[in-house]
Amino acid sequence: MNWVWFHKLASPPSAYVFALRLRPWLFWISVIMMLWAAYEGLFVVPPDYQQKDAFRIAYVHIPAASLSLMVYSMMAIAAAIGVIWRMKLAHAVAAACALPGAILTALALITGSIWGRPMWGAWWAWDARLTSELILFFLYLGYMTLRASFDDIGRADRASAILAIVGVVNVPIVRYSVVWWNSLHQGQTLSVFGESKMDSSMITPLLVMMLAFLMFFGAALCDGLRAEILRRERNASWLTDLKAK
Amino acid sequence: MNAPMVNSPDPFKLAVVVLQRELCLALRRWDQVLQPLIFFVVIIALFPLAVSPELSELRRIAPGVLWVAAMLASLLAADALFRPDVEDGTMEQWVLSGQPLPWLLLNKTFAHWILTGMPLVIVMPIVAIALGVNASNWTSWWTMIMSLALGTAILTVLGAVGAALTVGLRRGNMLMALVVLPLEMPVLIFGAQALQMAIRNESAFGILSLLAAILLLSLALAPFAMAAAIRISIE
Repeated sequence: MNWVWFHKLASPPSAYVFALRLRPWLFWISVIMMLWAAYEGLFVVPPDYQQKDAFRIAYVHIPAASLSLMVYSMMAIAAAIGVIWRMKLAHAVAAACALPGAILTALALITGSIWGRPMWGAWWAWDARLTSELILFFLYLGYMTLRASFDDIGRADRASAILAIVGVVNVPIVRYSVVWWNSLHQGQTLSVFGESKMDSSMITPLLVMMLAFLMFFGAALCDGLRAEILRRERNASWLTDLKAK
Repeated sequence: MNAPMVNSPDPFKLAVVVLQRELCLALRRWDQVLQPLIFFVVIIALFPLAVSPELSELRRIAPGVLWVAAMLASLLAADALFRPDVEDGTMEQWVLSGQPLPWLLLNKTFAHWILTGMPLVIVMPIVAIALGVNASNWTSWWTMIMSLALGTAILTVLGAVGAALTVGLRRGNMLMALVVLPLEMPVLIFGAQALQMAIRNESAFGILSLLAAILLLSLALAPFAMAAAIRISIE
């Protein structure tokens, strides 16, 4: 099989065109899936025997929270690739991950807070899961402010990459906080291996919603990546060629 | 022929040289060494004024107050860790010297902890008494001292990474706080918990081990992050 197309993706012009073409597919499929899952989750799925209708916010909360961790890991991996193999496009990907990641983290915190009010009787609790997710939010903010404070884009790339890699220690803490500590937050409900602690009628829309969030993030990443490439390559000739086409 | 002609001395000797230099410099600028310590005491003095002079109330918040003050003091001190050396070109010479930069920086950070972390640990019992903490036996005092010693060491190492990242920026001070504080939060949680348990006369051995583990992990990994950050900052 010919893998040349894959290597080509590492060059900004091909990545730019690739992101431009991929984006509408990701975006529209994710919108359709999101609408279906939202309809299923809000109207079709029966209310929870314990949490009644309040559990339905899970269809936003769980995808946002799980994706916020995944995006951070992805950002750190991209940053590490950028540092190790000096690949500029990887740095651009890492930079483009930060804002969607921060928004997803904020969304997870806000929906969790709204969920916590009727369930725990409090908007916020200082327990391990919530606090570590809040730290994740601060890490995203720190990453973005560190990036913004360098004038030279190459130095901004490498300095923020180090921060992203150091911050990875927080990811397993968030992930396993409900296992390690006696948390107010409910334990693991979904599991890839073995039985999930959720009824299958509730799970299908949730999984579809998670996939939809993932694709939506992919679409946002395409946009962010194109913006990053434009910022870096604003004087390149291929851009004028592309415009002429 | 392209191999750099560098004589590499014994790493232990290298460490002694770095430590000697740092301590000698600190002796000549002793006022700067005192600053974090005074800052620590002043911050703590603010709490009785702001919250309540009632000792029973102060005793309750003492662990948190001590820890937040130690964190802020170490953060304030960390900015001065690399800045003078980067500004006068010493750091450039270190990078070019061909000696292992992570090792040099680790020793520099260790000297920094002796100068800024250890004084806090020494002063802590006195300040704790002023906050109404009356630990009944030596084990509790020992636990409190150990938790602060381990904790300030971790804070110094993490602060050094932040300082190395932001030293190339003209106004890196505030930014360093934003970058470093989220990473330091787990230390704050465990450190304050250990103090709390020591005051209540409970065994905090588990938490102290956890702090020691965090310290070892950061000692093993942080010097490489520091070295990479310094290389970016001085270019």
